[in-house]
Amino acid sequence: MKFGVVVFPGSNCDHDAFYALGNVLQKPVEFIWHQSQDLANADAIILPGGFSYGDYLRTGAIARFSPVMKSVEKFANSGGLVLGVCNGFQILCEAGLLPGAMMRNSALRFICRHVYIRVEQTDTPFTNAAAKGQILKIPIAHSDGNYNCDEATLAELEKNRQVIFRYTTPDGANDDAGNPNGAVHNIAGICNRVRNVAGLMPHPERAVEAALGSTDGLTIFRSLVEALVGAAKATA
Amino acid sequence: MATAATEIKVTPEIAAEHGLTAEEYTRVKNILGRDPNITELGIFSVMWSEHCSYKSSKVHLKRLPTRGKLVVQGPGENAGVVDIGDGLVAAFKIESHNHPSYVEPFQGATTGVGGILRDIFTMGARPIAVLDSLRFGEITAGKNTSEEETAKNRRILDGVIRGIANYGNCFGVPTVGGEVCFEPCYSQNPLVNALALGIAKKEEIFLAKAKGIGNPVIYVGAKTGRDGIHGASLLASAEFTEESQQKRPNVQVGDPFVEKLLLEACLEAMQTGAVVAIQDMGAAGLTCSTTEMASRGGTGIEIDLAKVPQRETGMTPYEIMLSESQERMLLVAENGREQEVLAVFKKWGLDAMVVGQVTGGGLMRVKDDGKTVAEIPAHPLAEEGPVYNRPLAAPAPRVESEKDWFTFAPEGASLTQNFVKLLSSPAIASKRWITEQYDTSVRTNTLAGPGASDAAVVRIKDPKTGVVKRGMALATDGNGRWCQLNPRVGAMHAVAEAARNVAASGARPIAATNCLNFGSPEKPEVMWQFSQVIDGVGEACTALGTPITGGNVSFYNETLGKSIYPTPVIGVLGILDDASRVLKIAFREDGDIILLLDGVASTVGARYIVPSSENAAREFSSSEYSKTVGGIVAGEPPAIDLSAEKRLIDCLVALAAEGSLQSAHDLSDGGLAVTLAESCFAANGLGANAKLEKTGPAEAALFGERGARAVVSVTPAHLARVLNTARQYQVAAHEIGNVIRGDAFRIQYRGSAVIDSSIPALRDSWAHSLERTLKMQ
Repeated sequence: MKFGVVVFPGSNCDHDAFYALGNVLQKPVEFIWHQSQDLANADAIILPGGFSYGDYLRTGAIARFSPVMKSVEKFANSGGLVLGVCNGFQILCEAGLLPGAMMRNSALRFICRHVYIRVEQTDTPFTNAAAKGQILKIPIAHSDGNYNCDEATLAELEKNRQVIFRYTTPDGANDDAGNPNGAVHNIAGICNRVRNVAGLMPHPERAVEAALGSTDGLTIFRSLVEALVGAAKATA
Repeated sequence: MATAATEIKVTPEIAAEHGLTAEEYTRVKNILGRDPNITELGIFSVMWSEHCSYKSSKVHLKRLPTRGKLVVQGPGENAGVVDIGDGLVAAFKIESHNHPSYVEPFQGATTGVGGILRDIFTMGARPIAVLDSLRFGEITAGKNTSEEETAKNRRILDGVIRGIANYGNCFGVPTVGGEVCFEPCYSQNPLVNALALGIAKKEEIFLAKAKGIGNPVIYVGAKTGRDGIHGASLLASAEFTEESQQKRPNVQVGDPFVEKLLLEACLEAMQTGAVVAIQDMGAAGLTCSTTEMASRGGTGIEIDLAKVPQRETGMTPYEIMLSESQERMLLVAENGREQEVLAVFKKWGLDAMVVGQVTGGGLMRVKDDGKTVAEIPAHPLAEEGPVYNRPLAAPAPRVESEKDWFTFAPEGASLTQNFVKLLSSPAIASKRWITEQYDTSVRTNTLAGPGASDAAVVRIKDPKTGVVKRGMALATDGNGRWCQLNPRVGAMHAVAEAARNVAASGARPIAATNCLNFGSPEKPEVMWQFSQVIDGVGEACTALGTPITGGNVSFYNETLGKSIYPTPVIGVLGILDDASRVLKIAFREDGDIILLLDGVASTVGARYIVPSSENAAREFSSSEYSKTVGGIVAGEPPAIDLSAEKRLIDCLVALAAEGSLQSAHDLSDGGLAVTLAESCFAANGLGANAKLEKTGPAEAALFGERGARAVVSVTPAHLARVLNTARQYQVAAHEIGNVIRGDAFRIQYRGSAVIDSSIPALRDSWAHSLERTLKMQ
C-alpha cells in the first residue's frame, strides 16, 4: 500500500498530508511532482490544499492542466482512489472529475476555524471507517469553499448519494447555523458516481492528533487504508 | 537591457531632493574622491536613509543587551538566531511596514509579511509562524474622533487584515498571534509590525557574507520592475504630509505565490551545498543586497545590469538599482557549481541568472552591458555612513493634580455595567473576527493559536524525522499609552508583559526581538523618548534574561507634525521543553481553585523602579478602564518591579513543567476582572466566583494593570503542591475563588457583589462587538 501526495507549485498542505499519512498513520507515502506523469505506483492519490499556481485566475483552474493531472485522470478512470482536500477539491472540480464549482465564501472573506461535518454516506472508500451520521470536527481554511452546481446536478448528487459530508452544528441538528461558507445544501464534500474520487473543503490532515484540537480527520484516512487493504485482499 | 544612464548632472540641489544633507553629500564626494553620477547618488541616498543606515538610532542601540549563551546570531544579519536544542536553531525577527500600510493598506501589509518571511528563509530556516502587532486609530466615534475618521480607520484595518491574510495564507505559514490595539495617535499613521519565526538545523544556517573571489553572483526570483523605487528613503524615512497619498507608486506590490516558490527553491538550493551566501532584496533592493554582502564578506562585488531579469523595458541603471520589486534574492554560489543552483530555480519555474561575481579590492561595481555606471567602495557605503548623536530633550514635566485623574466609584457601587463596557471596547473585545481570516493551523504545528494561550505556541517537528519533542512560544507586546506617559517604564512593561505571556504558556523566555516605532528623530523630544525606551528595554531584557537578537527601528511616524506615541513592540521567544505541557487560559473543571499569583510578595518586598504612587488614582488613570469608562488618559504607568516579574516567570515555568496547573492567564489590559472573564469565555459551561479582601478602591483592585501577576486554576488535589512551588519561588499565591459549573460570574469585593452577571451576557458583549463595529462602513 502506498499513498502519493501531488505537489503543485503553490501547494502548501502537501507536507501536512505527508506527515499525517507517513508519521501519524505510519503508511508509505511519496511526493509526486506536478511535472511528472508517473504516479510512482501509488494506490491512492491525495491532491493537497494550497494555492496552486497562486490561484490568481480561479481556484484550481491552472493546476488542472499540469502534466500530472493527465495521469491522475487516467488513474481515476481506471478505478484508482483520489482524494482532493480544499484546493485539491477545487482542482478536481475544474478537471471535471467531480461535478460543480466553488464560489467565494458568502462572507467574502477567508475563514479558518474548526467546523463540524456529518458523515452522510459510509459506503465509500473515504468514509467506510465512520458511522453514518457521525459528526467530525475538522478545520476549514479557505476563501472559495462555497460549493455550487446547477439544480439538475444537485438533484443527481442527492439521488446518487454522492454528498458524503455536510456542514452542521456540533450536535448535528441545525444545518444552516453550521454552514460556514454558504455552500448549497451545506455540502462540505462529495464523491463521484463510481465512488472512487472524492473532494472535501475541510482539512482532515490538520485533525490527526489531540494536540491539534481533534483526531477526527483520521477517520477519513483510516477509511482509505481499509479500502486499500480490502482491495488488496480481493485481488490476492 | 537597461538604457544608459541619462546624463543628469548631480548638483547639491539634486542631492538634497534625494534626502541627503549638505554634510552627507560632502561625505559622499570624499568617499568617491569625485562627484557622484546620478546612479551613485541614488545608491548613497538609499543606503544612507534612516531606514537602511540606522543613522539616528545606532548610538543608542549599542546599549541593548545582545549576548546570551543561546544566542547564535545577534543583530546585524537578516534575522537573529538562537539555539533551541537537539541541533536545531530558531531564526526570528520583527519588522515594521507602517508607512506603506497607511498609503496602501493591502499591499503595504502583504509586503510587510513578505519581507519578514524572506529575512527568515534567507537564513536557511523554514518559516513556521507569523505574528502581527497592529495599531490603528479609533474605530468607534467618540469625543475627539469623528465618524469620518473612524470609518477611514476601519477601512485601513480591513485592508491591513486582508493583506496579511492574503500573503500568509497563500505562502502557507500560520499566522498564530500578535495584537491589535487602538489609540487616536495611530489614526494617520497605523503601525503594522510583522514577526516571523523559522527553524533550521544548526549547521545549516546561511549568512549574507560574499566570500571567495571569482564566485558567481546569482539573481533569483521575480523580475525587476519600477515598483517601490525609493520605498526605503522617501516613504519610510520621512514624515507624512497632506501629499502623502501621492506616494502610492512608492509602495511595493506583493506576490505570495512567487514567494512560496522562492522559499522552496532557496531551501532546496541550499541543500546542494553550492550556495556560499544569500541575502534577500528588501529595502533598497539590489543596492542593499550587493553592498551589504560585499561589506560583510570584506570583498567587492561586480554586477552587470543587462543580465538582471526585467519586467519592463527601458529601465535606467538608477531604476534597476533602486527598485524594491518583491520576491527577489541575491546569492553567491561556489565557482563552477552555479549550474546546480540554477537547475533548482529552473525546476521551480523561477528566473535565475548569473549577474556578476565576487571581486577583490572591496569595490561595488555596477556595469550596464559592460560599461561601468557606478563604482563605490562597498564597506564605506555600508558601514561608514553618517551617524548622528541627535540632541535629546525631555519634555516639560506634566503638571497634573487629582482633578486630572480618574475618580473612583463610591464603595459598594455595582461595577457590572462598566465591566460590560470595558469588555466590548475594541481594545479588550475578542479579536476572533480578525484572526479567523488568518490561516492559523497550516503546517499542523499550532498548539495554541490566537487567544488560546497568553502566547502563541507551535511545536517543533524535526526537519528530517518529523518527531516532536519541544515547542516554542511567542508573544508580542507594547503599550504606547504607557510609553507616552513614561517611556522608560512603559518600555520595561512591554518586555515584561511579552516575557510573562510566554511564561504563562508554560515556556521559558530565552530571547527577544524589537520593533521601535517613533516620530521624527529630528525632534529632541522624540529622541529623548527613544533613548529612554532603549534604556528601559535594555534593563528589562537584562533582568529577564532575554537578549535582543535583532529587530528594526521605524522613525518618522508622524503626520502633519504630530508624532505617534513612542511605541516599542517587543517579541519574546520561549522554549517549552515538553510540547505536551502547554498552558492555556481556559478554566477546566468545576470546583477548581482560582489562585492569584503575585511576584510582589510580602516576604521579599517590592523594589519598584518608579516609586509606587501614593495616589492610586494617578496610576489607575493610565489604565484601559480609565480610558474606556472615564475617558481619561493621564498619570503614570503602573510601577514595575523587574525582580518580581522574574520570580513570577520562573514560578510559572516551574509549575507548567510539573504539570500541576489547569490553566494560566496573566493580568494585563483590563486587570483581574478581564483575566477571570476570559478564562471563563475560553471554557465551556463554566463560570467563576471570586472574593477579594483588599484595601483601596474596588476599581483599582478589579481593573488595575500592575504587572507580575497571573491567574491560575488548580484542582484541589494539586493545591498543596502549587502553593509549595510558589513559596519556593517567593511568589505570593492568594486563593481568590472557584471555578463553578453554570453561567454565573460574580466578584465580591470586601463583602459586596461589585460584579454580578452571567457568562452568556458578558460573552456576547466581548465576542461580537468588534465584528459589529467593523461591519459598519
